[in-house]
Amino acid sequence: MATTDNKTAQWNAAEVKEEILKKYPPKVARKRAQQILINEALQNDTPEIQANVRTIPGIITMRGCTYAGCKGVIMGPTRDIVNLVHGPIGCSFYAWLTRRNQTDAGEDGENYMPYAFSTDMQDSDIIFGGEKKLKAAIQEAYDLFHPKGIAIFATCPVGLIGDDIHAVAREMKEKFGDCNVFAFSCEGYKGVSQSAGHHIANNQVFRHLVGLNDEKKPGEYKINLLGEYNIGGDGFEIDRVLKKCGITNIATFSGNSSYDQFASAHTADLSCVMCHRSINYVADMLEIKYGIPWIKVNFIGAEATAKSLRKIGQYFGDKALMDRIEEVIAEEMPAVTAAIEDVRPRTEGKTAMLFVGGSRAHHYQELFSELGMRTVAAGYEFAHRDDYEGRQVIPSLKVDADSRNIEEIEVEADPARYAPRKSEEELKALKDSGYVFKDYDGMIPDMNKGSLVIDDLNQFEADKLVEIIKPDIFCAGIKEKYSIQKLGIPMKQLHSYDYGGPYAGFKGAVNFYHEIDRLVNSKVWGYMKAPWQENPELSATYVWE
Amino acid sequence: MLLRHTPKEISERKALMINPAKTCQPIGAMYAALGIHGCLPHSHGSQGCCAYHRSTLTRHYKEPISAATSSFTEGASVFGGQANLLQAIENIFTVYEPDVIAVHTTCLSETIGDDIKQIRDKAEKQNLVPPGKHVIYCNTPSYVGSHVTGFSNMVKGMTELAQSTGKKSGKVNVIPGWVEPADMEEIKRLSALVGVDITLFPDTSGVLNGPMSGEFKMFPEGGVTIKELKAAGDAAGTLALGEWCSADAARNLDTKCKVPCKVLDMPFGLAATDRFVDALRTIAGVSVPEEVTRERGQLVDLISDMHQYLYHKKVALYGDPDQLIAMTEFLVSLDMLPVHIVTGTPGGKFERIIKKITAGLPCEVNVKASSDMFLLHQWIKNEPVDLIMGNTYGKYIARDEDIPFVRWGFPILDRVGHQYFPTVAYKGGLRLLEKVLNALLDRKDRDDPEQRFELVL
Repeated sequence: MATTDNKTAQWNAAEVKEEILKKYPPKVARKRAQQILINEALQNDTPEIQANVRTIPGIITMRGCTYAGCKGVIMGPTRDIVNLVHGPIGCSFYAWLTRRNQTDAGEDGENYMPYAFSTDMQDSDIIFGGEKKLKAAIQEAYDLFHPKGIAIFATCPVGLIGDDIHAVAREMKEKFGDCNVFAFSCEGYKGVSQSAGHHIANNQVFRHLVGLNDEKKPGEYKINLLGEYNIGGDGFEIDRVLKKCGITNIATFSGNSSYDQFASAHTADLSCVMCHRSINYVADMLEIKYGIPWIKVNFIGAEATAKSLRKIGQYFGDKALMDRIEEVIAEEMPAVTAAIEDVRPRTEGKTAMLFVGGSRAHHYQELFSELGMRTVAAGYEFAHRDDYEGRQVIPSLKVDADSRNIEEIEVEADPARYAPRKSEEELKALKDSGYVFKDYDGMIPDMNKGSLVIDDLNQFEADKLVEIIKPDIFCAGIKEKYSIQKLGIPMKQLHSYDYGGPYAGFKGAVNFYHEIDRLVNSKVWGYMKAPWQENPELSATYVWE
Repeated sequence: MLLRHTPKEISERKALMINPAKTCQPIGAMYAALGIHGCLPHSHGSQGCCAYHRSTLTRHYKEPISAATSSFTEGASVFGGQANLLQAIENIFTVYEPDVIAVHTTCLSETIGDDIKQIRDKAEKQNLVPPGKHVIYCNTPSYVGSHVTGFSNMVKGMTELAQSTGKKSGKVNVIPGWVEPADMEEIKRLSALVGVDITLFPDTSGVLNGPMSGEFKMFPEGGVTIKELKAAGDAAGTLALGEWCSADAARNLDTKCKVPCKVLDMPFGLAATDRFVDALRTIAGVSVPEEVTRERGQLVDLISDMHQYLYHKKVALYGDPDQLIAMTEFLVSLDMLPVHIVTGTPGGKFERIIKKITAGLPCEVNVKASSDMFLLHQWIKNEPVDLIMGNTYGKYIARDEDIPFVRWGFPILDRVGHQYFPTVAYKGGLRLLEKVLNALLDRKDRDDPEQRFELVL
């Protein structure tokens, strides 16, 4: 393993930062300097990092667009809604089965996941307007499939030419009577990243779907799981564990979700937030409108999973549930411990870098630390300052021109259906015992002093980091994968999981340990040089045997 | 069932496209631009376009795809993207140091009407383009044509660099069209074997099938150079492979530099390769060496050896016009029956050509341009086939209908090989036949009853 063990290169975070910045034109360097932070590891007073700001034109970013966040991430995993993209064909094509949110068609058998629907706008639609074509497409989708819902997604030109997709949706919804039609103004140019798209999607889900079904669902200890997208079957594993504990998951936002799950979400008694970035505001709205409290959970990492289950158990405060949770943890942990004991001698002391998403760059540090691996640099692709520094910064976040255009919806307590899930006394007792609601400390406090925290990392910076620091593994997305691997460093995709997974929950943790073991210890990293490159000099004549 | 909601009964759709057999222009422009040495493609639009195109190309090639974006915000969409593009040009030349930036537009910048030529000229005036470096561009409105159109437009953009010195170089320009890096390599090998000195553009070989060496080069060794593109104006002639992909560029060279051109089919299969080689030797005035004839003979030999397994097998095809035309001709020449053929790319001419090629077949042939894989699936439900050929998306139909499937086209997201092994020319024909036969014979071995299970086939 000559190449993987030779990672003791000395580096200093300040020098790395300087090395990166010196290549940029001055204006770019000034901006990037505020997005590259050397962690001081101060618990309650983390230094400020600039995040959720524009990407600089010409800089090869990892980021995508608002449409990708809305259609691709949030609505993509919902199986029984026809997701119709209004625009030229590309946007629909690229979001077609390319995110790995696994789906179970369920008993009703409705599953539109393998389909791509588009109005395939032509130049005449751009010139004369596309509303007529959109209406016709909605009608054709309705006639063919009779789905429960049809969602319409705007692409860049739609906003520019002024098609009123919401009016079209209203009209068609009224016309059908038995099909909910709603629209998302998620043009790609809005906001500064996918994050704006998450927001636009979640707002509309809350407005058009949540609360439509008051029917009481069977089961005890009802929760919603927010911000879990079932990549590689993560949600399936979490559901397995929840079910084993006797916890009922009413709605997952939005992995393997269905129309009815969203419609019933207001009947749950606790919201558990996985990905804080993409959905914390939905948790807030569910609380304000329906009285459902929320907590931050994390099912990435075996210890984190156990901790999150206990947190759910403590909320419901039922001894039978808490005992059952302990039983489940006791049953699941031996396999986890055995895997760690097997793998850890080969991963201990190695280093990782994580640049992904709005929560995974934080959550996955947990799994690496279970393997004895240190995260030396991390950052988000599209998160905001609160995801780095903790929710206490939210009141001080400046609303800039790009965020101002993303709708915030104000909700009020529902006159009929608002019901506090806990009495004031119960809440006080929980809080007094150290129980924390609606809180997230962010990534920075969990990272070591002297580590690098970099927002919106780009290709140049990624290559520089790898070149100077030589981590044992680098985690990001498909666009970054092969440039990193060309350098001889294993790269793990943490958006798509490299077509593996699940990595959530207990079984997922075991999968991840083995996967990292495979990657950092693969023989292939030792094949880079041919024998004649290792020893180019002909020091002796060949001796024929 | 994966595509469980696809009904057998076909209803007419006028507005709704389901499961497209095309994507949008810019990705074609990006792919073509990667075939220029030292070139960074640049997407003038929202950053999502660039992210999607890079992701798709990366998944297809399992190689790094570098490209930049103007990262439009709402402000840029209202006030125009000039400031973004000027800033991008400055940043790209400072940070990544390419020889050339190849700008393509998007539906966003086209709808607001950004004038790329004017912005490019302004960048030059402001000295944002270092001496000896270039910014080329093309317009690729996503709401016109398809990814094929975008490819063609960028190749045409390349020909804008061509200059005529008045002195012919004796070289032949070959525009290969949207084929794989391995195919481009094969076209160069075959041309060299025939004895013709060609300039191939674009040329993604050596760019998108690179080695792993512990080094990352954003700009690998391969690609046509700017010098070669300039000299294309002095060539003896241009062979454009594929009407949809390559003809516009060839005609532009003819208009601009008086380089005569001939448009041929893409050299997939026996007859199309014959025509390509014949055209090459005629233009260059050389006689075809024995080695090439021998390669041809090998392909004929394999066809005759395995003809019984191919004869009258029905095939469903989808993909891009130039490729489908050549493949349909090849399948017909094998006595196979291409019965359902769909492209998402517009073109009534496509339907006419396919009808002509399949005119003598003892069966009805469904062909449609500007169509989708939903209709193709419905056709298959009504008239089952023995084989499906097309990009990765076909695997959903193949699995549902339990039909052998050969991956061929763009994108291939779940298999490898297209980076390294050509399907063009005689050698590529051998590989195509091998793939088709493996699919058919694996199925036969799976399905034959025990009594009829055979050792020798």
